[in-house]
Order: sequence, then C-alpha cells, then structure tokens
Amino acid sequence: MGAMVHVLAASPVPARSQMGSSLGFHIILACFGVAFAAVTMTAEWIGIKRGDAAALLLARRWSKVMAVLVAVGAVSGTVLSYEMGLLWPGLMGRFGAVIGLPFSVEGIFFFLEAIFVGVYLYGWQRLPPWVHWWSGMPIVVAGILGAISVVAANSWMNSPAGYTLSHGKITQVNPVAVYFNTSTPYETTHMLLAAYMVTGFLVAGVYAAGLLRGRRDRYHRLGFAIPFTIAGIAAPLQVMMGDVVARFISQNQPVKFAAMEYIPRTRRDAPEWLGGILIHGHVYFGAAIPAFDSMLVGFSPRTRVIGWDSVPADQRPPLPTLIHLSFDLMVGMGLFLFALAAWQGWWWWFHRRLLVTPWFLVPAALGGVAAVTAMEAGWVVTEVGRQPWIVYHVLLVSNAVTPAGGVSVTLWVVLVLYGVLTVVSIGVPMIMSRRWRRGVAAEEQAEQVPYGPSPADAGPAQGVPRASAGGPAA
Amino acid sequence: MSPSPEAIAVGVILFVVIAAYALFGGADFGGGIWDLLAGSVEHGAKPRWLIDEAITPVWEANHVWLIFVLVLLWTAFPTAFAAIMTALFVPLSLSLLGIVLRGVGFAFRHTAQRLRMEQLTGALFAASSLITPFFMGTVVGAVVTGQVPVHPAGNVLAAWTSPTAILTGFLFVAACAYVSAVFLVPEALQRGHQDLTHYFAVRATAAGLVTGALAGGTFAELSTSAPHVFTRLTGIALPLVAVSIAAGIAVLCMIWLRWYHPLGLRVVAAIAVAAVVWGWGLAQYPYLFPTSLLLAAGSAPTASLVTEFVVTGLAILLVAPGFVLLYLLQQRRVLTAAETDADLRMAADLEPAGVGQVAVAPPPFGARMTTALVLTMLAIRAIRDLFSARGRR
Ligand code: HDD
Ligand code: HEM
Ligand code: HEM
Repeated sequence: MGAMVHVLAASPVPARSQMGSSLGFHIILACFGVAFAAVTMTAEWIGIKRGDAAALLLARRWSKVMAVLVAVGAVSGTVLSYEMGLLWPGLMGRFGAVIGLPFSVEGIFFFLEAIFVGVYLYGWQRLPPWVHWWSGMPIVVAGILGAISVVAANSWMNSPAGYTLSHGKITQVNPVAVYFNTSTPYETTHMLLAAYMVTGFLVAGVYAAGLLRGRRDRYHRLGFAIPFTIAGIAAPLQVMMGDVVARFISQNQPVKFAAMEYIPRTRRDAPEWLGGILIHGHVYFGAAIPAFDSMLVGFSPRTRVIGWDSVPADQRPPLPTLIHLSFDLMVGMGLFLFALAAWQGWWWWFHRRLLVTPWFLVPAALGGVAAVTAMEAGWVVTEVGRQPWIVYHVLLVSNAVTPAGGVSVTLWVVLVLYGVLTVVSIGVPMIMSRRWRRGVAAEEQAEQVPYGPSPADAGPAQGVPRASAGGPAA
Repeated sequence: MSPSPEAIAVGVILFVVIAAYALFGGADFGGGIWDLLAGSVEHGAKPRWLIDEAITPVWEANHVWLIFVLVLLWTAFPTAFAAIMTALFVPLSLSLLGIVLRGVGFAFRHTAQRLRMEQLTGALFAASSLITPFFMGTVVGAVVTGQVPVHPAGNVLAAWTSPTAILTGFLFVAACAYVSAVFLVPEALQRGHQDLTHYFAVRATAAGLVTGALAGGTFAELSTSAPHVFTRLTGIALPLVAVSIAAGIAVLCMIWLRWYHPLGLRVVAAIAVAAVVWGWGLAQYPYLFPTSLLLAAGSAPTASLVTEFVVTGLAILLVAPGFVLLYLLQQRRVLTAAETDADLRMAADLEPAGVGQVAVAPPPFGARMTTALVLTMLAIRAIRDLFSARGRR
C-alpha cells in the first residue's frame, strides 16, 4: 500500500515543478502590478504639491517601467490560466465551479487595471496634473482588489468552504463563503504587504546603487526615499502580520505548522529550531531555543503544539527540511528588512536626513532581493506545506494532476521561456534607464511602451506627418 | 433533461466573448501573418509599419477575451473544461506557446526599437501568428466533431488530427488573415496611404476567397464527421450561416467597388465572423460535446452561473467608462501647458537641494518618543484585535 501511494504521488512532480516555477515567476511581476502604481503616484503627488521636477520625472519614468512589467505580467498570467486546466484537470473538473469564482472576480480588476494603466500613460500631457493623479487611483484600487481575489482562490485551497458535495458532484455553491474562507484575511493581508515590500525595496535598491556610485542629486535621493519609505512602513507591519499568520496556521493547519517548526511529536515545551536539516528524524546543524515555540504559539511554555505524528505518514507534507528552511529564510529576511527600515527611520526621526554611508546603502541596494527571497520562500512554505493535498483534506494532488503525457516537455519549454521573459523584464527597464542617462531628450519623449501613446501621437513636435507618403520613415 | 435558463445565459455570454476574441485576436494574429508575408526588409517596411500602428494597440484586449473564455469555461462548465484540457493537451500547449512568443515580441518591440531586435521580435510575432490560430482551430474542430471523451484517460491524438480538425485549423489561419486585411484597408486610407490601401485590398480579397473555400470544405466534411452539428447548421442555424456568407460576399463587393467606408467595412466583416461563431454555438445546442455531454449535465450549480452573470455585468459597468476615457484621451492633443520630459529633466538638474538637506527642524525629543511609542502600540493593538478573535475560535 505504501509503495502504491508512493508511485501515485511521484507522477505529479513535473506538473508541480511547472506550476511552481510559473507562479514563482508571475508573482514577482504581480507585486509590481499591485504596488508600483502607489509608489509612482506618491512621487507624482510630491511633484505636483511641491512643484518638484525631480519627483515628476521619477513618476513619469516609473510609469513607463510599470507598463512593461504589466505587459509581461499579463502574458505570464495567461500562462497560469491555461496551466490551471492543462496541469490540474482533476481540480478544475471537480471544483472549477467553486475555485473559479474568485478568479472571475479577479478578471474584472485586471481588466480595469490594464485600461487605467493606459489612461495613466496617455494622460501625462493630456490631463491637468491633479486630474491625472486621480486617474492613477483606479490602478491602485484594482491592484489591491485583484490580488485579494486571486489569493482568496489560494486560501480556498487551504481552507475549502462554501460548497456542498454529493456523490462526487458539486450541487450547491455559496460564493461569499468561498471568497471569504477562514484563510482569506490572513493570506491576503500578508501578501499585500509583501507586494508593497517587494516593489518598494526593489525600486529603492536601484537608486541605492546609484547613490553608492556617487550620484547624490535630488533625483536619486527621492528615487530612493519614496519607495524605501513605503516598503519601510510595510516591513514592521509584515513582521507582526507574519507572527499572526503563524499562530493561525498552528491552529488551522497544525501538520503544516509541525513541518515548519520541526515538531515530530505532539508535546508541550516545544523548542524553536533555528536552521537545521532533518535526517531520519534527527535535526543536524540547528540551534534549538527550548520551549520557545510553545511560547510563540500560546504565550506559555506549557502550550501543547501538535506534531506530524498526529496524521498517517502519507498525509504529511514531504520535504520538511525545505519547508522549515524556507520558513526560517522568510523570517530572517523579514527581520533583516525590518532592521534596515528601522535604522533609516531612526536616522530620519532624529536628523531628518538620508543615511548615505555604504554600511547602509549596500544592504539597502540588496533589500529588493531579500524581499523577493522572503516572498518566494513564503510561498514555498504555503504550497509545499499543503502537500499532499491540493484542496486541504479534500482532494489529493495525485488525483488532480493531468493524465496527459508531455508535461516533462512543457516543463522545460516553460523554464526556457521564463528565462527569456526574465531577461526581457530586467533588460528593457535597464535599456530605458541607459537611454535616460544618455540624456537625449527627444529620445525619451518619443519612447514607446506597451499601453502608451505611440511616438506619432506624442506631440506635434515629433509627430510623424500623417499624410506623407513616407510613413515608415524610421 | 433540458438546460437551465442560467446555463443558457452563460453559454450565450461565452459565445459573445468567443466572437470578440475571434475578431480582435484574429485581427492581431492576422497582422502577424501579413507581417510574415510582407517580404524583405525594405520591401515590407511600409505594410509592417501600418500593421504595427493599427493592430498592436488591440493586443492587450486579446488577453482579456481569452482569459474570460477560460474562466467562464472552467467555472460554468468544469467537466467540459477538464476534458478539453486533458484530451487536447498538445494543441492547447502549442497555442499557448504562440501566445507567449507574441507577448515577448510585444513587450520587446515597443521598448527596444533602437536595438536592432526588430528582426527577432518580428520573427517571433510572425511564428506565433501561425501557431496559435491553427492549433486553436484544431481544438474547436475536435470539440465540434464530438471526439473529446467526457473522461479522457490522457492525450487523444485522433481528436485533433482528424481531417475536420486540421481543416478547421487552416480555416482559422485564413480567417485571421482575412479579418486583419479588411481592418487594415480603412486604416491605410485614413492615414492617407493610397498604395497601402490597395495593397491590403488585394490581400483582403485573396484571403476572403481562400477563407470561403476552406469554410466550404470544412462544411462538407462536417456532414460526415459531425452529423448532429451539420443537421442543425443546415436547419435552425441556417439563417446565421446565410448571414455570414452574405456578409462575407458583401465585404468582397465593397472592396471591388472601392467603397472603403471605414465603419461599414469593419462592421460587415465583424458580422461575417460573429455570425459563423454564433452559428456554431447554436448548432452544438443542447450539447457541450455533441453528442456525449449535454449542457444540462455539464453545467455548474446555479449560484456559480449567476455569479458569472453578475461578474460579466460588473465588468461591463466598470470597464466601459474606462474604455471611453482612454478613447477620448487617445483622440486628444497634448496639453500645451504641461512640461515635456525634457523640461522636467532641465528643472530637476537645475535644482541642487537634496532630500536630506531640507531645512525642517525636527520636533522636540520627548514629543517624538511619545508619538513613536503611541503609534507602535496602536498598530499592535489593531492587528491583534483584527485577527485574534478569529484565530482563537
Ligand atoms: C516580503 C515578503 C515576506 C516577509 C518579509 C514575510 N513573509 Fe511570511 N509569507 C510571505 C511573504 C513574506 C508570502 C509570500 O506572501 C506568503 C506565502 C503565502 C501567503 O499568504 O504569504 C507568506 C506566508 C507565510 C506563512 C504561511 C502561511 C500559509 O501557509 O498559509 C507564515 C506562517 C508566515 N508567512 C510567517 C511570517 C513571519 C513570522 C514573518 C516574520 C518576519 C514573515 N512571514 C515575513
Ligand atoms: C494565489 C495564487 C496561487 C494559486 C491559486 C496556486 C495554486 C497552486 C496549485 C493548483 C498547485 C498544484 C497543486 C499542488 O502541488 O498542491 C500549486 C503548487 C505550487 N505552487 Fe502555488 N498557487 C498560488 C501561488 C503560488 C506562488 C505565488 C508561488 C510562488 C513560488 C507558488 C508556488 C508553488 C509551488 C512551489 C508549488 C509546488 C508545490 C509542491 O508540489 O510541493 N504558488 N499551486
Ligand atoms: C494560479 C494563480 C494565478 C492565476 C491563474 C493568475 C492569472 C492572471 C492572469 C490571467 C493575468 C493577466 C490578466 C490580464 O492582464 O489580462 C494576471 C495578471 C496579474 N496577476 Fe495573476 N494569476 C495568479 C496568481 C497571481 C497572484 C498570486 C497574484 C498576486 C497577488 C497575481 C497578481 C496579478 C496581477 C497584479 C496581474 C496584472 C498584471 C500586472 O499588473 O503585472 N496573480 N494573472
């Protein structure tokens, strides 16, 4: 029997790898879709309010980068929609009528987002300043609501609710209960904060690198300060929220929590392991703080923490080492970013100045990488920790995976294509910034980005003469 | 057992969205095909320029339609969705590959114009424009002929490699080229390019004739491969088929007579496409898969169907004003008062004060400490209150 389960469970591995890598890629772009508009609009607000040209220039340039990233995000998101069916027909066939609901709601918001990114880009020189600022607001709101919807779909897989099953067929659905399942408030809040941290720290990192190279003008200072402040406000909230989420998981999905914290047997005085590799039930290279895990879960060393021995072996998540180390990585990065934000916050509070020492700027330049690492690690905890269930305690991954052959081929194609897409989404903004630094104004004005006006509409000065025979002059 | 009104309503929405995708996506992919056929770099520069100007702006909308089709399918008709995705894994993966390539080309082309990458992205664009419509055609062919099992055990190669399915694939490619060329004729005229107008008028005619021939061939094939659909196509759905044929011929006549009415041409071509898509939908009724899966048996519970209905309504309500705004902006000239990027750049460089040097006196120490403490405690309290009540339960 054990062997049988093993054989069944082995087959979804390529599909799981493909899903994981597509999602891991998409989520980074998604963060920009969720949070970049708010960062850009903060710069624009400062620019308009104070008549600050540097801030306005930043906002205008950021909006172009945002357009490129949204375009790539739309492509990788389309891939995900296909993959939900191509890889997991067993999930969609059985529960499509349920999990499809939050995805449908998501559709509205991404539609709105794409349109208003277009409005925002077209509006730069066509709308009065404050009207233009407000035209960006729908992007912020749609980004947040869209993220909540799609994460609600993931939460539903962790805490399935809102449907009636009879004879293996869904007979009744309660859309509200599906959308607002028990996990939704925790996951969505944590993810939204993560999106603001990832975007803020990544963008700030670019300008921290500039400051390090001695570009200390107002443009670079603002380019660092605005996103860093936003991410820095999110950082302490995220650490508190993470603590709340962990306590929720210890109640809602105790077996996942046991894997996160290396708790093989249900016990009191459970120790908190820092690092460590689990081999044959033994933790090597780790440091244990006695009874601290019980403290964290229930504020008392006597708190009982449930271990993974509470369920049969075939219902435990595989790879507890991966789950535990990912969790530690996330927490470590979260504390590191919190410290970084607190340092700058302290300095600003008492000196009203940006820190420009390399001791601060070097880690700040890497803050974006740290935030992305934390977010990816967090998703690994959530997703691998849910194994072997695709819908927690309801449907096994092995029963949901496609029986169609060929996933091992598509996996490699996906990996190669995402390599290319990564180069595009990092390379294009880099090319743009090099062009900006070169400083040929006409080039910047004529720059064309997805969703944005084509150079021909950019203004009468650069307009391609519409009726001339030499249309494609360039 | 007859399908519920909700299932029929969502089915109607589904086919409206499919028609929209066929039109806009078709124009987009068709643009890629004409790009591919435009010849050498110097020779094809002008048509390529027009394609890029006129077609690319609709690109984003394509995704929205396609996603909408997928989401509607999996929420409203999950069994059919899972079966299609399993049995037709190969053609669907290939069509997806085309979509991704197209997206890479799109994101790149617009921002890296001066990088001499145009050739590469152009090639990607062109390849994807053949792959995606062809394989989507085979998928539709497989569904129409009822070759997709309701509970497939894996890939079903025979389903999408039948003569009908392959013919449908070619039909889709030709139809994309046709729609695109028809759309491009008035675009060229509006931009004042007589030569390009003629160029695409010739191609619209040719593509129209090929599409017509392929449609005839597919139709003949259906009589044996899909008797249920064929019977209904020649019965209840005949008016729609007739409208489509008439509209197709009308477009060709308009082009021969050089009556390039911008709105007229587009609308009549749109009718030709939409009518045949709706004819297909009507012909499949009451089946999701003729004749193995009934609409009634394959549709989701009522609450899910109603939600899809509401979501569609909300999407229209929310998105329509956005579209209007975007359209108005696109028509609008640049405001003279606003700074250009160059002005901003000048102003920014002229202004030396750094962010850190702003001369604001920090508030007194005690006040700062108190505010910080109070704010921290409030934040902790707020998060606790929000979440602990539920967590303990
Ligand atoms: C910038 C990103 C980031 C940072 C700094 C943190 N997290 Fe996190 N965490 C995420 C980004 C994230 C995430 C990627 O967004 C996850 C994955 C799923 C989710 O809802 O959020 C997540 C999941 C996640 C989970 C699992 C939830 C589940 O399985 O459903 C727990 C228990 C924590 N986090 C706890 C923490 C703690 C105690 C942190 C303290 C420092 C922390 N996180 C910092
Ligand atoms: C909110 C949207 C998300 C949804 C709906 C979702 C859904 C899924 C599904 C259906 C699977 C396959 C079944 C399974 O293996 O359990 C999966 C697996 C996986 N996902 Fe997610 N996911 C989401 C977000 C993410 C993100 C952002 C990441 C980032 C890294 C991620 C990482 C993974 C990984 C690594 C796996 C494989 C787990 C394993 O097989 O051990 N997921 N997800
Ligand atoms: C299984 C999981 C997911 C699916 C099926 C999915 C689906 C999609 C689709 C279809 C699009 C393109 C929409 C369009 O522009 O036409 C998209 C874009 C987007 N997705 Fe996802 N998504 C998933 C996970 C996530 C997650 C976890 C987040 C964030 C929390 C997210 C946030 C976004 C955002 C913000 C966009 C807009 C593009 C951008 O702004 O970058 N998605 N997604």
